[in-house]
Formats: sequence, structure tokens, C-alpha cells
Amino acid sequence: MGVGPHASKKMIDTVVIPLLKIAIVLNATLVGVTYMVLLERKVIAWAQSRLGPMRVGPWGILQPVADAVKLMLKEDITPTRADKWVFTAAPIISMVPALIVYAVIPFGGDAPGEVAHIFGRDVPLYITRINVGLLYIVSVASVGVYGIILAGYSSNSKYPLLASLRASAQLISYEVAVTLTLVSVILVAGSLDMVSIVERQRDRHIWFFFLQPLAFVIVLIGGLAETNRAPFDLPEAEQELTGGFHTEYSGMRFALFFLAEYANMIVVSSVVTTLFFGGWLPPLPTWLPFLAYVPGWIWFFLKSFVFLYIFIWIRATLPRYRYDQLMRLGWKVLIPLAIANLVVTGIVKVMLL
Amino acid sequence: MGEAVAFYTISAFILIFAVLVISTKDTVHSVLFLVLDFLFVAALYVLLDAQFLAAIQVLVYAGGIVVLYLFVVMLVNLKRPPEAYEDPHRRTKLGFGLAAAVLFELGVIGLYSYASPASALAANPTIPVTGNTEEVGWLLYTSYLIPFEIASMLLLVAMIGAIILAKREL
Amino acid sequence: MQQVSTVRHGAMFDTDELVLNMGPQHPSTHGVLRVVLRLDGEKVVDADVVIGYLHRGIEKLSENRNWTQIILLTDRMDYVAAATSNVGYCETVEKLMSIEVPRRARYVRTILCELQRIASHCLWLGTHAMDIGAMTVFLYAFRERELILDLFEEFCGARLTYNSMRIGGLPLDIPPGWAQKVLEFCKIMTSKIDEYETLLTHNRIWLERTKGVGVIPAAEAVALGLCGPALRGSGVPRDVRKDEPYAAYDEMDFDIPIGTAGDTYDRYLVRIEEFRQSLRIIRQATEGLPEGPIVGKVPRLIKPAAGETYHAIESPKGELGYFIVSDGKSTNPYRFRVRPPSFCNLQALPRLVRGHLVADVVALIGSIDIVLGEVDR
Repeated sequence: MGVGPHASKKMIDTVVIPLLKIAIVLNATLVGVTYMVLLERKVIAWAQSRLGPMRVGPWGILQPVADAVKLMLKEDITPTRADKWVFTAAPIISMVPALIVYAVIPFGGDAPGEVAHIFGRDVPLYITRINVGLLYIVSVASVGVYGIILAGYSSNSKYPLLASLRASAQLISYEVAVTLTLVSVILVAGSLDMVSIVERQRDRHIWFFFLQPLAFVIVLIGGLAETNRAPFDLPEAEQELTGGFHTEYSGMRFALFFLAEYANMIVVSSVVTTLFFGGWLPPLPTWLPFLAYVPGWIWFFLKSFVFLYIFIWIRATLPRYRYDQLMRLGWKVLIPLAIANLVVTGIVKVMLL
Repeated sequence: MGEAVAFYTISAFILIFAVLVISTKDTVHSVLFLVLDFLFVAALYVLLDAQFLAAIQVLVYAGGIVVLYLFVVMLVNLKRPPEAYEDPHRRTKLGFGLAAAVLFELGVIGLYSYASPASALAANPTIPVTGNTEEVGWLLYTSYLIPFEIASMLLLVAMIGAIILAKREL
Repeated sequence: MQQVSTVRHGAMFDTDELVLNMGPQHPSTHGVLRVVLRLDGEKVVDADVVIGYLHRGIEKLSENRNWTQIILLTDRMDYVAAATSNVGYCETVEKLMSIEVPRRARYVRTILCELQRIASHCLWLGTHAMDIGAMTVFLYAFRERELILDLFEEFCGARLTYNSMRIGGLPLDIPPGWAQKVLEFCKIMTSKIDEYETLLTHNRIWLERTKGVGVIPAAEAVALGLCGPALRGSGVPRDVRKDEPYAAYDEMDFDIPIGTAGDTYDRYLVRIEEFRQSLRIIRQATEGLPEGPIVGKVPRLIKPAAGETYHAIESPKGELGYFIVSDGKSTNPYRFRVRPPSFCNLQALPRLVRGHLVADVVALIGSIDIVLGEVDR
């Protein structure tokens, strides 16, 4: 990096704009995650003929603020014989992967109609575009498993440890199914880059959901299982006798685990939107061209919101699987289906070429 | 210039964590330092422009294999407290002696190759730069197909063996 | 679990038996029930049920109260279906004293008992589904239970412990318009039962969690002394309403649902069908409600002659029996003994959970449908 006006231009490009994007995305994610708490309580309440939180603020809008204040003021208990460093690190290790995945998720594209204009230059609406974007997402998600394992371990008690080992076994089993399925999506898209996948959907005028419906279903179910959501939430259900992996956590650390779960849910929604439903593309561009006036990132949010709503809806409706049935579903149903999908996709792609 | 700084920082971290892996008393901490090691090695791969390999390193090593190490370590830890790991058979002096011998050998090899450089392993110019994943894919399925298949067979055999060993009734 | 002090080779793969205590304070044991489980890994090897946490000495208290005051105490046994307990007791005393209950009173008693059956099954359905994870059904079932409790409140002023029967009949006649409200309730309830069934009966996850879980063959069910839907789920066609009709049941037209496999799913189906049959009975009773007195000819002081009798009715949980002994001299019973269906059904729990996983234990406790008030008295 040299000096002079040329250098300041590079500074803006390489430091200021990415930092700005990161700040915006991080803040939006964290606020979104906090309001997910309220959304879940409200949606489940409405499904159950109730109203949900209504007291704090109009229609309960300020409830997450009240929750956050309560949790921050709570006494932070650390068990005496617990491993201090690991105990503190576990919630952080749970949360960080969910946040850094946003570096590759595109809210907008590279085409001239889709970029924002800041500081007099065209800025695409993604933080970065790497050629192994999807693989990055999968690998970062697999590091998130450590948060759960370490949480159970650092509680220095037998039952949370066994519960956390079971929860992490569930996670890595479903990771296999999801990763295999994503390979077939990559086959159809021809690239690992998230932006290219959406651009491919735009160029082919079809969302990949219609080309790979089975993959969509597997990724949705696998996403539910990976984020420990109902119906796969036995490891953290109250009826589970041996206590969950977060038994010894209180206050903000406990909150961080649950925020991490919601953040992971938002990540799964975003990934599903990008891979199967065209990311930032408006629906039916040829028949309803006026829809293109709505900015791409709003379409992205709308679509992700639909999936978040579906996740919460599923939680309100379905009973939960027993652990052995859960593992059987992952290994004996989803993985063979994923492999079959991959084989069929490969054959069809070769035949059509 | 920036690359060199990055390289030396990352390598320093890798070496520090590697030393911590073997010197720390608590086995679980050892494994965690190993994870950090692998993550920094992935960073090195990124420096070398091998992004695919970096992602695979994180996915397979840090995210899969070490998780299983961690399972085993934690389950064994349940039965023995960490203080019981002081090994009376440890021979520190012999260890240092062997390490010095290996270093000496490495130094000799380095000097020898510096003195008479081998014929340059020039990068094959005929491979088109289509992108990381495609390159690895092409190589793996054309030039290195047999080793790939053998490696998969090996993994399959290991999986079957593990299942048979661990299952109580089939 | 014993601490292993020395580690021998391969010790990591050993599994000892683990003793796990569930309750008495636990969200899924439906009251203060304590179950001590012996586990091998995740499988239950044996279960030991410890009760008595809710023992209030109702049977002993009864010996110091006169016959009418005991009706209050019967409320508090099966507090989920209090009217049924009241009816059972009153009928037992009426049997001992040979009091004739007028037809209108018998019809109203039938209506109240069946409403109570629906309310109790609503609570059962909600808690059972919630234990298995379907939390929305809990809210829906309680919404319907609220409707029934409103009806009861209009009738006798209380929502849970009614004290709504007297020996020889009822203390009050039904308020005007009550019968109409009951019929409206029946109409609402019919669509709601279909709603519950949509959520659960053919749900893949529900089927996997309940089919084949806790199977009791018919002969063993009889040998264990089960009663009520638990017995009928195993295929034994025993229902006190049909076998020994009381109140107005001999004039009602209804069916008894019988299961086949004797597993949790069959017990669930039996109770869902009982919802519908109860609605049928309520409609018949309300539409055919005869005019007449609401209480029979009862002496001012209730003092039965010396003697003893046993009378049983079909409460939502099973066969609820009362055995009373009168010594003819005082206005208090000499002995008052209850045969609670939950107590007898609970005996089957160790047999049921053996061989199942820990996560099934809560499903099975819910499947038997117990109320600790009855078990412990």
C-alpha cells in the first residue's frame, strides 16, 4: 500500500467498505436473532390460541429488550470445579460460526441493477465472494459442534456431558446428509460460489427448488436437526431426565447458547433461500416485471422470513422424535436418499449434456 | 510483503500451539489446541491459494476427526482425573537427544539441497486454471484415481471394523 | 453409580447399572409421583414406583365426618374428574340405604359424569401429547376443558371441586338454559375432536412414538388388575357402564371402544373414541331429560342400618369402587374404602416400562392416565 489519493482509494475499497458491510450485517443479524425470540413466542402463541408476550411495549415489541436486560443483570455462576476457560469459551464457540457464515451469503448480486452506490462506487451487496463459498459455510458449521461438546464437558458433571455428546452426535450425523445433498445442488449449479449459484438460477430462469425438490426437503430436515430444533430437540427438552448440556449455565452465557441456536436457524433459512429459491431474485421476472422494483435484499429477507416462520410452525405442531428414532432417520433414511439424489442428478446431468 | 508477515505470524502460532498440545497437562486442552492448530494450517492453505483444501481441512479435520478424538478423551477422562496422567516412564533426556539428532539431520539435508539445487519442479503449464475445486477434481479422478479408490476402500474397511468392534449384538 | 477406583483395560466399554430417580418433582410425572429407574445404558431394566407424597388420610378423615360431609372429600381424590367421584360415593350410600333416585336426577348425573369424562380426557390428551412433544395440543385441549368448567361453574359454582351431588339426588336443579348450552358445547366439541385427530392420529412421529410402546396382552392386563381405557386398549371388553349399569346408562345407547394391540397408540385411540361416545350419551340425555324432582325421599338424618356394600362406577380412569361399612349406631361411617382406578393401573407401570428407553417412560406414565390424588388419597 503506497500513499496518495490512489492509496486512499484502495483503503476505502479494502478496509472501509468491507468493515461497513460487516458492521451492518452483524448488527442486523444480532438484532434479528434477538427478535427471533419474540417471533417464536408470538407465532407459537398464535398457533395455540394465545397472544404471547403483550405487556412490554405495544404488542410486546420491547419484550426482547426486557429479556436482554434481565439476563445481563443475572448472577453469573461458574461451577467451582469447572474448567474456567472452556466454560467461558463454549458459548462463544457456539455463536461465532453462526455469525461468520454471513461473510459469504449474498444479499444482492454483481449486476448493475443490483449494487448499491456508496462513496461513488458500485458496491455489491455481499461481504465477500470466494470461490468455495458453500464449502466454507459447511466447514464453519461443523466447527460449531464444539460449542455443544465443550459446554457439556466443562460443566464437570456426568449427565450434561452425556447429553452434550448425544447432541453433538446428532449434529454430525445430519451434517453428513446435508453435505451430500449440497453436492447435488453444486452439480446443478456448476459452482461452489454462492453468488454464482444465484446467478445461475437467474440465467436459467428457474429456481433450483424445482430442479432439486428432494434436495430441498433433505436440507430442510437436516437443517432442523442440525440446529437442535423440534422435532429433533430431545437433547434439550425438559422431559429429558438427564438434563441438557446447558444445565450449568446461567445468565448471559445461557442466553448466548439460545441466541446461537436462533442464529443458526437464520443461517439455515438464508442458505436454503440462496440455494433453492433464488436468493435476491424476484419471483416470476418475465411475467411480473414490476416486482423487480422491489430491491433484491428485501426479497431475500422475505424469503428467509418464510422459512423461519415454517421452522417455528413445525415446532408448534409436531411431537418430538426419540433419540434412537432420530439417529435412525438420519443414517438410514436421509443419507441413502441424499446419495440416491446425487446419483440421479449426476446421471441426468450427463445425459442432458 | 504482507504475505510474508502473514506467513510468519501464522507459522508462529502453529508452532506455539503444537508445543502446547504436547506440554499441557489436561488432555482435553491438548485436543483443543490441536483444533486451533488445524484451523491455522487451513489459514496457511488459504495463503497458498488452495482455498478448497483449506475448507476441506476445516470440515474434515477440525470439524470431524478431532471431534471424535474429543469424544474419546472426554469419556476416558470421566474415569480418571487429569492428575493421574503424570507418566513415570517419561524419559526427558532421551527425548531431547533424539530431537537434536533429527534437527541435525534436517539441517544437513537443507544445506545439501541449498548447495546443489535439484531440478526445478516447474509447475505444469498445461493445467488450465479453472478454479481450485475443478483442478483438484480433475487430478483426483484422472491421474490419481487408483490411490483415491484405495483410500476409500481403506476408510470403508475401517468403518466396518469399528462397527463390529463396538456393537454388542449384530 | 459406584465410583470405579482402579481402571482396568477396556473398562471404558463396561456399563454398570445406573439408578436414576425421577420425581417427585418432575414436569412429566403428573403430580407427585416418584419413579426409581434402574437403567442399563438407556434401557430401563426395572422401575420402582414410590407413592404417598399426596396422602392426606381421606379414608381416615371420613370416619369422623357424617355421610354428607364425605362428599366434599371425594372431590379431592380424583380432582380432575370430581363429579364422577361424587356420583360413585352417593350411589354407594344410596345402594346401602336403598334410596330411590328420581329419573331426572339420574339423567343429570349421567350428563355430568359424561361431561366430566370429556374434561378428564381433555386433560389426559393435553398432558400426554405435551410429554411426547406436541405442545400445541395441550393448549387446544385445555381450551375445551375451559368450556366444560364454565358449564360446571354455572351449575354448582365451582370449577374443580364441585360437591355437586347429594345422597338421593342433586342439591340444585340445573339452571334455565343450561341444557341448551350443553348441546351447543357438544356441537363445538365434535369439530374439536377432529382437530386433535388431525394433529396426532396419523402423524408419523406420533405413530413412531406410541405404536408398539408398552404392549400389554389382554390376559396379562386382566392379571395385573388394570381397568378402564388401559384394559380396553388391550382388547378386554369390560366397562362398568355396560356390565353393571348405574345412573341412567341402562337407558342410553352407546358403544364401548376396544383396542387390539394393547399399546400406547391403542389406548390413545380408545380414549379419543370415548370422547365421541360421551358426546353421544350427553346428547341423548340432554334431549331426553325428563321432568320431575331432583332429589328423592331421603331421611333428614342419614344413618344407614348396619351393613356393608361395594359399588363401582366407570370413572374416566377406570373402575372407581367404594366400599362402605356402617355400624348402624353413628352418623359417621365405620369404614370408608376407595378402590381407585389410578392406584390399580399404576401397578402395571414397572411391567410396562421394562425394556423401553428412558424417553418412553413419560409416554407410558401418560398413557396409563393417573391422578395422584386418587393414588394416594
